[in-house]
Amino acid sequence: MAVSVGTAGASRHDFVGADAMDEKALRGLVARVKAGRMSRRAFVRKMVGLGLTAPLAWQMLAHSGVARAATAPDYKPTKRGGGGALKVLWWQAPTLLNPHFAVGTKDQEAARIFYEPMAAWDPEGNLVPVLAAELPDLEKGTLARDGKSVTWKIKPDVKWHDGAPLTADDLVFTWEYATDPKTAAVTVGTYKGTTVEKVDALTVKVHFENPTPFWANPFVGQRGNIIPKHLFADYKGDKSRDAPANLKPVGTGPYRFVSFTPGDLVRGELNPDYHVPNQPYFDTIEMKGGGDAVSAARAVLQTGEYDYAWNMQVEDEILKRLEASGKGRVHIAPGGDIEHLQLNTTDPWTEVDGERASIKTKHPLLSDPAVREALAQLVDRESVQKFIYGRTGVASGDFLNNPPRYKSKSPKAEFNIEKANAVLDAAGWKRGADGIRAKDDKRLKFVFQTSINAPRQKTQAVIKQACQKAGIEIELKSVTAAVFFSSDVANTDTYTKFYCDLQMYNTTMPWPDPQPFMDQFVSWEVADKTNKWQGRNVTRWTSDECDKAYRDAMVELDPVKRAAHFIRMNDLVCAAHNVVPIVNRPKVQGIGNSLRCMVTSWDNDLSHLASWYRET
Amino acid sequence: MGRYLLRRLLIAIPSLVGISMVLFAVLALAPGDPFGDLALSPDIPPEVRETLRIKFGLDDPLPIRYLRWFVAMLHGDWGFSFASRIDVSRLILERVPTTLLVIGSSQVLALLIALPVGVFAAARPYSLFDQIASAFAFIGFSLPTFFTGLLFILLFSIELHWLPFVYRTDIGGTGWEWYWAHIRQAIMPVAVLGLFQGAAWTRYVRSAVLDVIRLDFVTTARAKGLPERVVIIRHVVRNALIPVVTLVALQMPAVFGGAIITEQIFRVPGIGSLLISSILANDTPVVMAVTFVFACLVILFNLLADLIYGWLDPRITYR
Repeated sequence: MAVSVGTAGASRHDFVGADAMDEKALRGLVARVKAGRMSRRAFVRKMVGLGLTAPLAWQMLAHSGVARAATAPDYKPTKRGGGGALKVLWWQAPTLLNPHFAVGTKDQEAARIFYEPMAAWDPEGNLVPVLAAELPDLEKGTLARDGKSVTWKIKPDVKWHDGAPLTADDLVFTWEYATDPKTAAVTVGTYKGTTVEKVDALTVKVHFENPTPFWANPFVGQRGNIIPKHLFADYKGDKSRDAPANLKPVGTGPYRFVSFTPGDLVRGELNPDYHVPNQPYFDTIEMKGGGDAVSAARAVLQTGEYDYAWNMQVEDEILKRLEASGKGRVHIAPGGDIEHLQLNTTDPWTEVDGERASIKTKHPLLSDPAVREALAQLVDRESVQKFIYGRTGVASGDFLNNPPRYKSKSPKAEFNIEKANAVLDAAGWKRGADGIRAKDDKRLKFVFQTSINAPRQKTQAVIKQACQKAGIEIELKSVTAAVFFSSDVANTDTYTKFYCDLQMYNTTMPWPDPQPFMDQFVSWEVADKTNKWQGRNVTRWTSDECDKAYRDAMVELDPVKRAAHFIRMNDLVCAAHNVVPIVNRPKVQGIGNSLRCMVTSWDNDLSHLASWYRET
Repeated sequence: MGRYLLRRLLIAIPSLVGISMVLFAVLALAPGDPFGDLALSPDIPPEVRETLRIKFGLDDPLPIRYLRWFVAMLHGDWGFSFASRIDVSRLILERVPTTLLVIGSSQVLALLIALPVGVFAAARPYSLFDQIASAFAFIGFSLPTFFTGLLFILLFSIELHWLPFVYRTDIGGTGWEWYWAHIRQAIMPVAVLGLFQGAAWTRYVRSAVLDVIRLDFVTTARAKGLPERVVIIRHVVRNALIPVVTLVALQMPAVFGGAIITEQIFRVPGIGSLLISSILANDTPVVMAVTFVFACLVILFNLLADLIYGWLDPRITYR
């Protein structure tokens, strides 16, 4: 099985067969580890040797009931406090502090200073317990074998900032609060299809309607923050906006609330009763918001006025120049976000039943696989990385890149103008007098749209130039980001309407599990008039095989087989060339030289705030 | 005078209602949805957006929404921010002190530069001082504030390390240390705005004074043997100030409105940055409140300017 993950490529149909063959041997190895005849580390090393990634091997052990040591961030201070002030800079200012109302990451991050979930994600996409006494585990029976329930044990003696103890009632209440439609919480989707039951004072059981392989979503990570029942109980539902605690958070986090100016500043002070010994290190925290990304980078990397800057959406060349001042460094946290080119499967220029790009139509040019293949070969992603994104965009031919356990190993279309020309010649697209190819009076001319953003316009130009050499004419169009990414039903320039031949943007992958990410290629998510273009499938590309792989993954509890389904989806999508991945964009942060912090792209930047410290 | 004031105030009411209608309509027609961001998140079902829209009354017909806003405004209720989920009045009041401090001092700085420089330059037209002042004035108002702002940051923060470029409202310390920290961080934004405004005003003051200084009554005053200082201050400046007063008075509402770009560059949490972030977030109640208060102030200061004319020039009477 491990081998098939490693080399699965040309013959995808062998996959299941290979699976079964190697599975026996693998189960044997796992059994040896269980019996203590093989160390966990040796097992992982062996798996890595077979082409499997370390996190996947760990997950296999975890799934087989072999407990793993939780990743503990390296933390040196030997006492709580004494670290002075921690100053962090967010170039988008937080506007509210209730994690269940937090629309953007800026608000989630500000709330995360004070609130905590049961567990958080580490940089490799593994779970780390926060308020949980331990992670749910198959062997201990806290993770149901049928995937329909998970039991969370709360760490004993955790106190809210006002001194009240954290109990199972708070978790049950958090679930009630978020799922009450009248509360209008943005976390309602996280708890969809779940019921939470109190087992004892420090244990809750989350029941899922369907077998749920991605059980680590409710009470976990950025949307899993737990709020105190005693302060929010009177403000559930309609009255949710009147809760005083919306502006004066009382959580369990490492820092207690001091003051908040919406759109400007959040301040906190050390929580003397924090549930982890010797943490936190800093006496106060200050989160300043507003301004722009470049000057935020300056304040950390060049003048050292601040310790940490979030989301450095700045050209790498500028970052390198600022880094040269020696006051701070740029940290790159690998993630799953992918900047990609989409080729419309439908006809964006003909109106059918009151909408263009209707799923009932076919694109007159792009429905020819040869054209799509040629376009895929005309994207010079290496140059895009080298000259445009630098460290902030890694060239990738895969749509699904991270965590590494989900990365496909099969080869993808490479940049090659000669090949593209050959493919088009073979398909009968002949160059006209103007050098543009045509077939049956149809000229190869496309309109290519994206949002206004310097790196995107440069990438557009790179693609246009290559296309010209292959006899394809490209007309570039750029739309203000506020319009392009809006969900305005009346506007025809939004990316979900896709009234255009080609478009390019970045899709974010907020969770280390691909299920809420790969839904962009299933037939029931196609964006159209009936769902007000809110469907997740924007390319409108569908395939029965892909649908099946997704459906299988939704109920597959074996993490390895599940990963295989997602990898297969990725390969199907990439082989159809309706999506051409360009660069995988990691999270980029600016960190002051003395600050030591663990930052992950699978959770909020501040998800491991308690363990941040300063090296002196 | 009293009747004049009353009449002007009564005329202001329909204009304000008209302004509010136009503002409301424009904001309602503008594209964008305060909860549009929710649509980008895969795990937030569309129903959440629907619920929020209904909760904040966004799906009601425009006239009803306007009436609701109008009635609330009459009660002194400025509305409820979609983005922060708190009262708009609180958001604005939190930012008034910083705005008044930074923008107010920049206007004072501008006046302190424009008046003496303009008058002195006009008193000796085409002298060396006048030439230099004119040159600097041209440079001053030709350079946009976003440029001078960045230039200042590069020079004073990055190269010289003299001044911080992130404006903080939570400065600790007491006494002199506290004042000094506040002054230090305000120097750059105040200078950027003040020099720009001052340069423009210098030109106006100069030409206004030039218009007056050649008039017969000035010659008469000089012929009476009055000292030059008295001639300039009592006879020339007082008469020349009328157009300048209009300019300055009309500029005053801007003190409230803040300076959007400069506030953004230096991260000054003023009303300008509140306005721009609210516009970007489609937070209509905040945009509406800020722009409407701004409109009220424009009308008020127009009236004030008219009243000051009468004090400066008794020939102007009110009927």
